[in-house]
Amino acid sequence: MSSAAPAEVQAAAGEDSLVAILRARWEAFKGGDVGSLPVIVGIVAITIFFTAKTNIFFTAVNFSNLIGQMAGVTVIAIGIVFVLLIGEIDLSVGYVSGLASVAVAEFQLAGSSHNYPGLVAMALAILVGAGVGAVQGSIIAFVGVPSYVVTLAGLLICQGLIIQILGTQGVIGITDKQVNDVSNYVLTKNTGWIVAIVLTALLGLASFGTYIGRLRAGLPTGHIVLTVVRVLFYGGLTFGAVAVCNHYRGVPLVGLIVVFVVVLFAYIAGRTTFGRHIYAVGGNAEAARRAGINVKLIRILCFVISGACAGLGGIILASRLNSVDLTFGGGTLLLDAISAAVIGGVSLFGGRGRVSGALFGGLIIGMISNGTDLVGSADWVKYVTTGTILLAAVTLDTVARRRQAAAGR
Amino acid sequence: MSTAAKPPTLELRGVVKNFGSVEALRSVDFEVRDGEVMALVGDNGAGKSTLIKSVAGIYSIDDGEILFEGRPVTIHGPKDAAKLGIEVVYQDLALCDNLDVVQNMYLGREVHDPFYRLREAPMEQRTTETLKSLAVTTVRSVRQPVATLSGGQRQSVAVARAVLWNNRVVFLDEPTAALGVAQTRQVLDLVKRLGEQGLAVVIVSHNLNDVFEVANRITVLRLGRNVGVYDRDKTTQQEIVQAITAGTAAEAAAS
Repeated sequence: MSSAAPAEVQAAAGEDSLVAILRARWEAFKGGDVGSLPVIVGIVAITIFFTAKTNIFFTAVNFSNLIGQMAGVTVIAIGIVFVLLIGEIDLSVGYVSGLASVAVAEFQLAGSSHNYPGLVAMALAILVGAGVGAVQGSIIAFVGVPSYVVTLAGLLICQGLIIQILGTQGVIGITDKQVNDVSNYVLTKNTGWIVAIVLTALLGLASFGTYIGRLRAGLPTGHIVLTVVRVLFYGGLTFGAVAVCNHYRGVPLVGLIVVFVVVLFAYIAGRTTFGRHIYAVGGNAEAARRAGINVKLIRILCFVISGACAGLGGIILASRLNSVDLTFGGGTLLLDAISAAVIGGVSLFGGRGRVSGALFGGLIIGMISNGTDLVGSADWVKYVTTGTILLAAVTLDTVARRRQAAAGR
Repeated sequence: MSTAAKPPTLELRGVVKNFGSVEALRSVDFEVRDGEVMALVGDNGAGKSTLIKSVAGIYSIDDGEILFEGRPVTIHGPKDAAKLGIEVVYQDLALCDNLDVVQNMYLGREVHDPFYRLREAPMEQRTTETLKSLAVTTVRSVRQPVATLSGGQRQSVAVARAVLWNNRVVFLDEPTAALGVAQTRQVLDLVKRLGEQGLAVVIVSHNLNDVFEVANRITVLRLGRNVGVYDRDKTTQQEIVQAITAGTAAEAAAS
């Protein structure tokens, strides 16, 4: 590849023929850019496997359950994506989310001096998460302590705080309706359809807007068929998901929240200068610094995002059980969240990956957990399977990185 | 040069830089003019890097003055240098491998709307135009990650970035050091084109063949002093090597 590009490849890039685009994609694939293919294959394979094992898996009821089960982890994983993108790690998200769970329960506590309305309590809980992230990020950015040590300390401190706040009682019930609605409210069927229409319309506007913008600017646009196929595919997926949910009780509000968070942060990462700078810091921090980017600020903000997402994840998890107890933030939550991001194609080496990866990774983790529970396998099967998939994802990432580096020489 | 009436684009007069007791630059004079390629040569430790970093604002000078188009300027940081239009392409190129060509060209200076939303179309257009104006034709797509480019292509992107921002003075630190024959050719052609486009170009190189091919004039540094400025057409590689290793009679008398 290093020798001058063949004339026909140059010509093909100028033309927008479908064949040429597909061939360029294939070349990129061989060069280590595997895109979302492994994830899609994984999702299909897991679906087929569990559908064959039990007839409950592929039902509307279970699909609604799955959304509720994966929501908390997925939102936490979205925050993790930002930290991974700058080449750092955040080990504290599990207990930060636990702390936020406790915080939201504490702030809505009936009969206490701080009996705030649900929305206020939730905003405060997210602020708690963001605050922890800001402190950790500042120490990492200004002092230069490695992130895994700082966040490991954060993990322990948050765990300690949870034990202290919950005290001997060890549990706080959540009675506030708004807080409980987060994970338990179900949209009416018509609202569900409206959501599907709005989401698809937005996607269509964004996709065709980009296409027309590039066409006007005289830039290569890719084939129109690819844009149409993309919109139809994701639009179809949205309508399909709503249809399945409506077959049971309707679209869970928490599913909509997850989609909203994914879209919001995907937009920030992919379409804003801030997002561009995050990728730059992850790719080459020194180059970013020389280009005038405030690397320290970017680092801190990524940890703030991670903390805030962990906070929202904690609210979702607390709302789901209508209470918090000492188990919150522990267990496999942290590892599931990191695994979700990595399985979703976000590189541990920084600078590569998409926010939507957290959604797909969260889906895979959720499906395995849900499926193994339905089949009635012992816990060890769940752990071994998740571990194996994580290992495969990291291996793929490492190999892809090496291939991409090799392709340049 | 025939433009002698006009002040040099960038001029250093009696610049001194010490690191503790080490005198890295001892009263160095240096100049480069619009449209010329000035080579800066010298042995290791001659002060080439120190000179570049002083102009780039990474080091502050201890004495002497820097003039830009005849007026004295102070350069306290990389931002001051950038504001004057001085760009340094370091050996490590400072590119983000994970970003594509357009993203690297506009790194830190992205075109955006009031909501900090990126405006990709104008960025991509100007990148394509700039690469075309420099006759960089081997880059297949400006949307491919820099990681997939060859060494010469990366160097081209780093240089094109300097041109894109309408810089007046471009320093190239060992631009051909890590390249093969064909790629060295590419980059040298690019350097010549920069001069032809009217920029003041300073190329630092150990390779005298490269220097004699692209440079109009050659400044030789030795032990922190400027030992001579030579017209390419009126000197030989032998004379330059002599100046680099042993200095000149004039310099010996001065010290």
